[in-house]
Amino acid sequence: MTQLLLTSLPDALRKLDPRVMVKNPVMFVVEVGAVASTVLACLNSSVFVWWIVVWLWLTVLFANLAEAVAEGRGKAQAATLRRAKTETTARRLGEDGSEQEIPAAQLRLGDRVVVEAGQIIPGDGDVVEGVASVDESAITGESAPVIRESGGDRSAVTGGTRVLSDRIVVKITTKPGESFIDRMIALVEGASRQKTPNEIALNILLASLTIVFLLATLTLQPFARYAGVDLSLVVLVALLVCLIPTTIGALLSAIGIAGMDRLVQRNVLAMSGRAVEAAGDVNTLLLDKTGTITLGNRQAAEFIPLAGISESELADAAQLSSLADETPEGRSIVVLAKSRYGLRERHTGELPHATFVEFTAQTRMSGVDVDGRQIRKGAAGAVSTWIHGQGGTVVAELGELVDGISASGGTPLVVAVSKGDVARPLGVIHLKDVVKQGLRERFDQLRAMGIRTVMITGDNPLTAKAIAEEAGVDDFLAEATPEDKMALIKKEQEGGRLVAMTGDGTNDAPALAQADVGVAMNSGTSAAKEAGNMVDLDSNPTKLIEIVEIGKQLLITRGSLTTFSIANDVAKYFAILPALFAGAYPGLDKLNVMRLDSAESAILSAVVFNALVIVVLVPLALRGVRYRPSSASAMLRRNLLVYGVGGLITPFVGIKLVDLLVSVIPGIG
Amino acid sequence: MSDTSAGLLQVGLLVLLLAAAYRPLGGYLARVYTSDRDTRVERTTYKLLGVDARADQTWAVYARSVLAFSAVGLILLYLLQRLQSYLPLSLGLPNVEPSLAFNTAASFVANTNWQSYSPEATMGHLVQFAGLAVQNFVSAAVGMSVAIALVRGFARSRTERLGNFWVDLTRTVLRVLLPLAIVGGLVLVATGVVQNLSGPHEITTITGQTQSIPGGPVASQEVIKELGTNGGGFYNANSAHPFENPNGLSNLVEIFLILLIPVCLTRTFGLMVKDKRQGYAILGVMTTLWAAFTAAATGFEVSGAGTATRAAGAAMEGKETRFGEWASALFASSTTGTSTGAVNSAHDSFTALGGGTALFHMMLGEVSPGGVGSGLYGLLVLAVLAVFVAGLMVGRTPEYLGKKITAREMKLVALYILATPSLVLAGAAVAMSSAGARAAIFNTGSPHGFAEVLYAFTSAANNNGSAFGGLSANTTFYNVVLGVVMLLGRFVPMVLVLALAGSVARQQPVPVTSGTLPTHKALFVGLLVGVVLIVTGLTYFPVLTLGPLAEGL
Repeated sequence: MTQLLLTSLPDALRKLDPRVMVKNPVMFVVEVGAVASTVLACLNSSVFVWWIVVWLWLTVLFANLAEAVAEGRGKAQAATLRRAKTETTARRLGEDGSEQEIPAAQLRLGDRVVVEAGQIIPGDGDVVEGVASVDESAITGESAPVIRESGGDRSAVTGGTRVLSDRIVVKITTKPGESFIDRMIALVEGASRQKTPNEIALNILLASLTIVFLLATLTLQPFARYAGVDLSLVVLVALLVCLIPTTIGALLSAIGIAGMDRLVQRNVLAMSGRAVEAAGDVNTLLLDKTGTITLGNRQAAEFIPLAGISESELADAAQLSSLADETPEGRSIVVLAKSRYGLRERHTGELPHATFVEFTAQTRMSGVDVDGRQIRKGAAGAVSTWIHGQGGTVVAELGELVDGISASGGTPLVVAVSKGDVARPLGVIHLKDVVKQGLRERFDQLRAMGIRTVMITGDNPLTAKAIAEEAGVDDFLAEATPEDKMALIKKEQEGGRLVAMTGDGTNDAPALAQADVGVAMNSGTSAAKEAGNMVDLDSNPTKLIEIVEIGKQLLITRGSLTTFSIANDVAKYFAILPALFAGAYPGLDKLNVMRLDSAESAILSAVVFNALVIVVLVPLALRGVRYRPSSASAMLRRNLLVYGVGGLITPFVGIKLVDLLVSVIPGIG
Repeated sequence: MSDTSAGLLQVGLLVLLLAAAYRPLGGYLARVYTSDRDTRVERTTYKLLGVDARADQTWAVYARSVLAFSAVGLILLYLLQRLQSYLPLSLGLPNVEPSLAFNTAASFVANTNWQSYSPEATMGHLVQFAGLAVQNFVSAAVGMSVAIALVRGFARSRTERLGNFWVDLTRTVLRVLLPLAIVGGLVLVATGVVQNLSGPHEITTITGQTQSIPGGPVASQEVIKELGTNGGGFYNANSAHPFENPNGLSNLVEIFLILLIPVCLTRTFGLMVKDKRQGYAILGVMTTLWAAFTAAATGFEVSGAGTATRAAGAAMEGKETRFGEWASALFASSTTGTSTGAVNSAHDSFTALGGGTALFHMMLGEVSPGGVGSGLYGLLVLAVLAVFVAGLMVGRTPEYLGKKITAREMKLVALYILATPSLVLAGAAVAMSSAGARAAIFNTGSPHGFAEVLYAFTSAANNNGSAFGGLSANTTFYNVVLGVVMLLGRFVPMVLVLALAGSVARQQPVPVTSGTLPTHKALFVGLLVGVVLIVTGLTYFPVLTLGPLAEGL
């Protein structure tokens, strides 16, 4: 921390430029006051006045330091990104297929470039030809290479990343200078930082409070004269600086930068601060089932044999029929047979006379012909037809099993065997979606925060309902098309709700653009990344929940420090007002509840405390106040107690402590 | 019965009466402002005024109507005073001097009823009932209309329209104020308040001296003075005068009338936004503040201050013996917590801290429960402010009654909370900087003298109308400056409130979830009380230090 403070000092000093300061009205008033006091101190010097002047300047400096430290953390990240942006050359493909070497900066929209193993991709674009493994660690920090291929939802590549194998042709989709990396650099550096709507509203409140206190301080002079007290300008400035909300004024932009930074640390890039704020307001989360709520694929959970058939017999048949099935479902059957029935996984080579039947979309079955047996496994309809074709009959019990599994949201696969030209079913394999661990608790927390979760799935309503219940989401949208998703978002928004969603495919793009918070997966298409207002570099859809929490934490930090800042004023009045007027009206000494040493020490202590509290709160502003998901009432009660009541009491203690130190200074005490 | 038990009984009775009226009157008011039927008298009125009663106004048109109506009222009232001697029923009184006529016109149009003059020696019967009494009705109705427009803003969504000012105004006068005033007036007459059209009677007292006893339509004026939170007395002594307020019973009736509409409007608010709990919460804030300030004022007066009052056993200077300390403090707290300004005792003679309590009570912005209409809209604006800060603390863009508090709303709220303190502090600073203005101070050189000036500007900017009588305010300077302060203090906030109403009316409401900050619970009531006290306290702490605190500590 100390290191960071020192390196940020030059930036903090640079920010003293009034043209920069004026953007922060509260601190600008402090700076103007500091300048005026300095001039007065030169004209009419005293120990007390100089001490006040020094601490006024420190107040301004601390505020700038808070901002500089917050920015400094982003700068380190930006430097890493810049290294990825080294000048590259592009191999542009002409109409006729000829190649031309040009600097990457000269690429235009729609240009097609060739990138081969070992080369850097010169700009953002979509793969239009070929497939390659790409090292994206420069932007994601993830060292494992990823596959990028033409067509489909994994076609987007980012400029500055490196192709590790193969050859691809990339169609450039962004202008040089506006690429993803450029935007990332601008974002983490805070260069393109604009005030967010809520920040503007808060600034208006702070400005109006500043004006109220400016008025209260300025008008004090004629009233004091009537009481026979002549207030010096330095004292008035000191009073003003103590009263205006300097604490929150100093930390406001640091809070905003740190909020964005927290997202960056979780590998999420928000294209605007507005999106981060909106995330805190979200009422409805649309979560894709696959990958977000469930693990990617369905897995075998159970073997259910028909009457008269043992489980191990069924498991054996199921395993044999799945040996050649390389789909995740097929693998899971082999794994289940091994783990639950101890059936060793046999390799295809061990069965010399076996003929494997691969799964096709037409047959919807896979299987094996071995030792005169034909074993088949597949969708209930397909296998039933096969049994009939083999002269067998399907018992009613099978239909009941199949329906039962379907009703529970699972997928039934029927296993049948044909021996001596008579086929008979053995039983059913229950394939299940596996819900990720710990999601139910998170959804419960979200519900407590007033956020509704809606699962989006292409499954039929029956299946969807079962998974929705298991995962604990509030609602689901089954057999969802991109149009359905869009319609749902619009319906929610018409009810005044804010919607957040994740997406990666090109057909998600309209919905991502429509949603208030649209998080695109970095693995997705560039259309999706363009449409969303955040990009998750890890392509982890569950992160949506964290994004919402970060958004909330940002607002909570602002509100809490504002409350703290305003509550602080009470104690400062009790320090300064008796110091100013107890001479004229001795009764007012009763207001000096802190029993501060002298008038000078009281005023100086208030100013010093006011400046120090900024420094003390910098870590809190950068980290964000502690956030635990709970209801609004509970959160308000806690934060009011800590920052409201705490803000009332803390300065009484703090000013008294400072006074004990300050009063030993010769010329003050 | 001891003073304490009598005082407590009185407060208890008052609360019971208000509780009994709460549901019926609040509900009736809601029906008045939501009904789409006009009575025959109203239809005739609209025809005469050339108003389309069905036309729904935008906030800007509503605001223009408010300003135009008030401007016309201001001019008419000014002319009526300036031409008094040429008009009938003047009781032979001369034309009112220009600066005083302006001050009085501004004062009554702004629902302030600051009186720089002694009524019985300045205003004839015609000015009293055709000018001042008329404004007592319509200025109150303007305040209620604006409050209702704000409530509609919260209740409606996706619209530019806030209702029709002329309809709201007419209905308030004809369906609410007049019927209540007739009933209330009869009750007051029954308690002994005078009601006639006679001039002053010359009588010879038992000591042989002659005394002039003025008659007049007192009860009819008295009832609207309290009911419309106006406060301008028929007599200079206001409700301390035995003809205006003869006994403890009439005193209780008058306090009841002062608090009646502001209290019941919270019910109307709850009904119109379709969540009665929101109305209870606002009422809770008003009641808490009123109770605290009443207790403080009573405490300071009963315990007295200084050797003189302790020797006398009570701080009875400036108080009527027929009311005593409890009823005087209760009246003072009710009149300064509303924008009434009627007095049954001399606030100037209260103990330093007791008078300071009345002063600080006005500084809250008169929201406990505040003037008719103005109390409700004032507290709703402060609620928006409280919601903004507290809403952030629960991690959402703040919202009140389903409407988001964005930069636009905050701008209006910020200007609103700036307006009144600016007028008070700048006005008092100008006065204290001018030797001529300082000369009007009675207790010159003492903190109480400063309090006199501070009280005058606080009273004017908050449209209260009560005064620390030591200040000789009938000078051109005070008449003009205070007149301007009263007008700005009334109409600048009103325009901002209407703009806020227009801004929230346009919004689509956000649905309530468990992530929404609840604004109907005790926690929020406490928070809003805190915000009111801290925001105003921080603004005025320095001046209070130099005034009442310097004097009383």
